[in-house]
Amino acid sequence: MESLKYDLAKTPLREVNQFLHSDASLLNGKHIEINNPNGAHNIAVGLRSEATVTIHGHAGYYAAGMNQIADVTIEGSVGSGVAENMMSGRVHVKGFASNAAGATANGGLLVIDGDAGLRCGISLKGADIVVGGSVGSFSAFMAQAGNMVILGDAGEGLGDSIYEARLFVRGKVKSLGADCEVKTMSLEDRKILVDLLERSGHGDVSPESFTLYGSARTLYHFNVAKSGAY
Amino acid sequence: MSDTPNKIPQTEPHQSATFDKLTNSQIRRAAATGIYDIRGGGAKRKLPHFDDLLFLGASMSRYPLEGYREKCGTDVVLGTRFAKKPIHLKTPVTIAGMSFGALSAPAKEALGRGASAVGTSTTTGDGGMTPEERGQSKTLVYQYLPSRYGMNPDDLRKADAIELVVGQGAKPGGGGMLLGQKISARVAKMRCLPEGIDQRSACRHPDWTGPDDLEIKIAEIREITDWEKPIYVKIGATRPYFDVALAVKAGADVIVLDGMQGGTAATQEVFIEHVGIPILAAIRPAVQSLQDLGMHRKVQLIVSGGIRNGADVAKALALGADAVAIGTAALIALGDNDPELEAEYNKLGTTAGAYDDWHEGRDPAGITTQDPELMKRLDPVKAGHRLANYLTVMTMEAQVIARACGKSHLHNLEPEDLVALTIEASAMAKVPLAGTNWIPGESKF
Repeated sequence: MESLKYDLAKTPLREVNQFLHSDASLLNGKHIEINNPNGAHNIAVGLRSEATVTIHGHAGYYAAGMNQIADVTIEGSVGSGVAENMMSGRVHVKGFASNAAGATANGGLLVIDGDAGLRCGISLKGADIVVGGSVGSFSAFMAQAGNMVILGDAGEGLGDSIYEARLFVRGKVKSLGADCEVKTMSLEDRKILVDLLERSGHGDVSPESFTLYGSARTLYHFNVAKSGAY
Repeated sequence: MSDTPNKIPQTEPHQSATFDKLTNSQIRRAAATGIYDIRGGGAKRKLPHFDDLLFLGASMSRYPLEGYREKCGTDVVLGTRFAKKPIHLKTPVTIAGMSFGALSAPAKEALGRGASAVGTSTTTGDGGMTPEERGQSKTLVYQYLPSRYGMNPDDLRKADAIELVVGQGAKPGGGGMLLGQKISARVAKMRCLPEGIDQRSACRHPDWTGPDDLEIKIAEIREITDWEKPIYVKIGATRPYFDVALAVKAGADVIVLDGMQGGTAATQEVFIEHVGIPILAAIRPAVQSLQDLGMHRKVQLIVSGGIRNGADVAKALALGADAVAIGTAALIALGDNDPELEAEYNKLGTTAGAYDDWHEGRDPAGITTQDPELMKRLDPVKAGHRLANYLTVMTMEAQVIARACGKSHLHNLEPEDLVALTIEASAMAKVPLAGTNWIPGESKF
């Protein structure tokens, strides 16, 4: 695989992102390495080619935001909104992620090896998120579709006002949000869980150790009797 | 006349000004249902507005322009601060954000046709961009909202400008609603929601929480679109001086300021009528904020909320705005609340002009509905033509006033051209009470 290197200590981020937005025919199959990110925001956002990108170090906000098709690895930790609104492809954070990881993501796979902060998977719209550690409070708030696999614990208000997303949690859940409940794991659910564990490097973890959470669907229609939950 | 009349004179029945008929009906409705009233539109109460201002026109000390011979420019360029591709509109009257979902596909198409015919822009809404809208809108502004329903980067790149919505005049601090009647299969698919549910849009963006974060968010969108598109920030009118300053600091190219008369597809009546301020009260603080930062005319200001005619356009621009946006007025031009449909409005328990249950999806005009039969009633070509006519009239009316004030471009109108009819309007618009040089709070009577 042809490899290209950029040094953010020497090259402006604008120039790097502009290159990463080149026509897909120029980028497909290439490996782009980015050195010295030093926590810069908006690295490798808006990609839409079959490129592989490795960021050697920590990234700031919105790393790999709105990713399409590309495979981005961050060899460090990331700030808020990693892979926000991702449409497809794969984003892998080797360290920790701050708030709103994978927010509103529509497709693709986000893997976080460490912990994720508050609101992980907020408004999730179809993507898959696997967190090796724990997630902070209010994760999966209003999550509409997609799957979250949390190998550690979840904070307060997990899945508040959730729609049709699946939340697989291995550890403890501090509290569930409104309209989120424990679900029986069907064979289809289990298959999804096993597949995500394998694709995120956790194939040795037993799916039986997880509990599935989802929507009780009691808030789908305005109902006076439920006014306390709104 | 007898001193002891057979009948004691009675006073006229005295309706309470506090507990008037509308208030009493609201109490009865709440008592019967146990849930708040939801409706569409903007504030309906009487508010200080552009009608409370007058232009002085030319006289001995001012030189007017000939109505049909001397040019009076109307164009506006938006996004000159950072965007590589600012947008150039022929008229400063733009179409405000209204979603597919809230509006039918033919209504969105009609808005695109009408706006494009006169060289102005339309704006998407909560729920994403439809092909009908992109296809018919020469200049399309793509709203980036807290819900991110239907948001995808391909549509960001297809847009001519991006409007990051922080708030809306009808409901500053509130998210949108779209009730189950309008969550059709197509709307549900675009928003990634179960069909037929009562949708509650988020009121806060999911991945940023304050102006410092917003600066990074705007930078992200600029990076994704390679710094080509103008980025607007839309705010509901509440604390315009500070909100505008923060939007400028965050990197906005354009600020959209929406007053409480601005419409919504569906929100609680109490929210619409009691949160936010009228656009008349918001423009001067916003302009002052831009001026204090040295950014007036560098960051453009679009104002909305109750713009109805060319006089309103001229007054908004004279107070310092660069352009205006219309929503409710555009829907009326398409055919909303038309008296010709009175019998059908009566069946819905209302009357033409007062119909505001847009969330129920039963609009007989085929505009605020997803009912396939009802939406067929709206011919997008004819409705688009009506909108184009209306936009043309508004622009010409504004030119009439500007020429009378001796201005060769609408942007040359200034506060000095205006006086106020009421003390309230004088204080809010910071122009003198007519016949005096008094501005409350600014000078002594």
